[in-house]
Amino acid sequence: MQRITTPLTKSVRTQLKSGEEVLLSGTIYTARDVAHKRMANLMQKGKKPPIDLKNAVIYYTGPTPIRGDGLFGSCGPTTSSRMDNFTPGLLKMGLGGMIGKGKRNDEVRSSIERYKAVYFLAVGGAGAYLSKRIVSSEAVAFKELGPEAIYRLEISDFPLVVGIDSRGNDIYRRG
Amino acid sequence: MRKVNVNDIRDVVSELCIEANVNLRGDIRKALKNAIRKEANKKAKHVLEILLQNARVASMENRALCQDTGMVSVYIRVGQDVKLVGGSLKEAIDRGVIDGYKKGFLRKSVVKSPILRDNTATNAPPIIYTDIVNGDGINITVMPKGFGSENKSKLKMLDPTADKKEIISFVLQAVKEAGPDACPPYILGIGIGGTFDKVASLAKQALILPVDNINPEKYLRKLERAIMKEVNKIGIGPMGLGGRTTCLGVNILEYPTHIAGLPVAVNVGCHITRSASKVI
Repeated sequence: MQRITTPLTKSVRTQLKSGEEVLLSGTIYTARDVAHKRMANLMQKGKKPPIDLKNAVIYYTGPTPIRGDGLFGSCGPTTSSRMDNFTPGLLKMGLGGMIGKGKRNDEVRSSIERYKAVYFLAVGGAGAYLSKRIVSSEAVAFKELGPEAIYRLEISDFPLVVGIDSRGNDIYRRG
Repeated sequence: MRKVNVNDIRDVVSELCIEANVNLRGDIRKALKNAIRKEANKKAKHVLEILLQNARVASMENRALCQDTGMVSVYIRVGQDVKLVGGSLKEAIDRGVIDGYKKGFLRKSVVKSPILRDNTATNAPPIIYTDIVNGDGINITVMPKGFGSENKSKLKMLDPTADKKEIISFVLQAVKEAGPDACPPYILGIGIGGTFDKVASLAKQALILPVDNINPEKYLRKLERAIMKEVNKIGIGPMGLGGRTTCLGVNILEYPTHIAGLPVAVNVGCHITRSASKVI
C-alpha cells in the first residue's frame, strides 16, 4: 500500500489512481457545511479563506468533543455531496485533496480533473477506528461553530481509497 | 399504584444515550460476522472487517461508533398503573439527553431552528414518543439517528391497488439513490399503512427491531425476504465498493389504513444503526 504525505503536491496527486488504497500522513484541515459556506462568502467578497488552500487537504467531518486525552473520540467522514456546490471554488484556489464519503457530482469531478486534484474516500461509520490515526488537533478558524469549526489535524497512516483521481476517473462511475 | 420518580427516567435516558452510541447492537455485530463469511468480494470483506474493528475500539475505549451521534428519538411506554412523581416527564427526558451527551463526549448536532440554524449545544431536544400501556412498568428505548442515512429516507403514498412489485421498486429506488453515501451495508426500516405521519414513525420503529427479527405475519416475512434479495442484487456493497452485502436486514411494520391509500416509508439505517432499551 502506498504511503503519501502532505502537502499534496501535483506530482503526488497525479501518481494516484482511482480505486487505489493509500495511507496519508501529515497535516489536513476539517471543514463541513457551514465552514464551506463561510469560506465561499469570504471569497465572494474578495477576502482570503482562513486557511492556505494551496496543496491542502480538507477532511469533511464534524468530530465528537475532545476527551481527557486531548483528542477526538470519534472522527469519521460525512457525506461529501453536500459540499459539492462549494468545491469547484476551493479547487480553483489550489486545494489539492478532499476526504469524505459517497458520490460527487459532475461539476466536482470535472473540476478535479481540471486542477489535477484528488478525492479520497474514508470508511463511513468507522469514526472510532479512524480517530486512532489522528495524532493532534487544533481549532484554527470559526471556533464558535464547535464540531463545525475548522480544525488542523496531524494524521498518521490515515487509511483512504482514491475515489476520483486527477484524470477524473471515478470509482463510482465504472462501466 | 407504583410511584416512579422522573429523575430515575432522566438517569436511564442518559445511560442509554451513551450505551447506544458506544456499543454496536449484538444483532448487527452478528449480521456483520455472517456477511464477512459470505462476502466473496475482497475489498468488501476488508471494509466489513474494519467495521468490526471499529465496534471493538468503540466499546473498549468508550468512544462513539460514529462522530455523527445523531438526533435522538426517545420511545417511552408507561404502564397505566404507574404514577410519575418528582416533576415533568418531558423535562426529565430532555435532561437525560443533555446529561448523556455531555458525559459521553457525544457530538451536539441539534439546531434550534431549521431556518436560523443555531446549535442548541446540548443535543436536546429529542423527539419523544409516549405511549400508555398495561401494567406498572416503564419501557424506554433511545435511538440516536445520524443524518447521513436520515437524509436518504423516503415516503410515498401509493395507490391502494398497487401490488407488491411497486412497493419493492419504491424501496429499491430509495436504496439506489442512497448509493454509497449513507454508509452501506444498510438496515432498512419499512412502514406500510396508517397515514402520512404514522407510516414514517412505523419505518423508524422498524429500525429498532433486531435485524434477524422474525415477522409474525407470513406475508410480511415474504415481502421482507423479497426486498432483501433484490437490494443485495444492486451491488452497492460496503463503502459502495461492490459485493453482495448491500443490506444487513429488512423489517416491516404495518398498520391499518384507508381504502383510498397505501402509504409506504423507508427509513434508511446505516451499518451502525443504534438503539438501546431498558425497563424500569
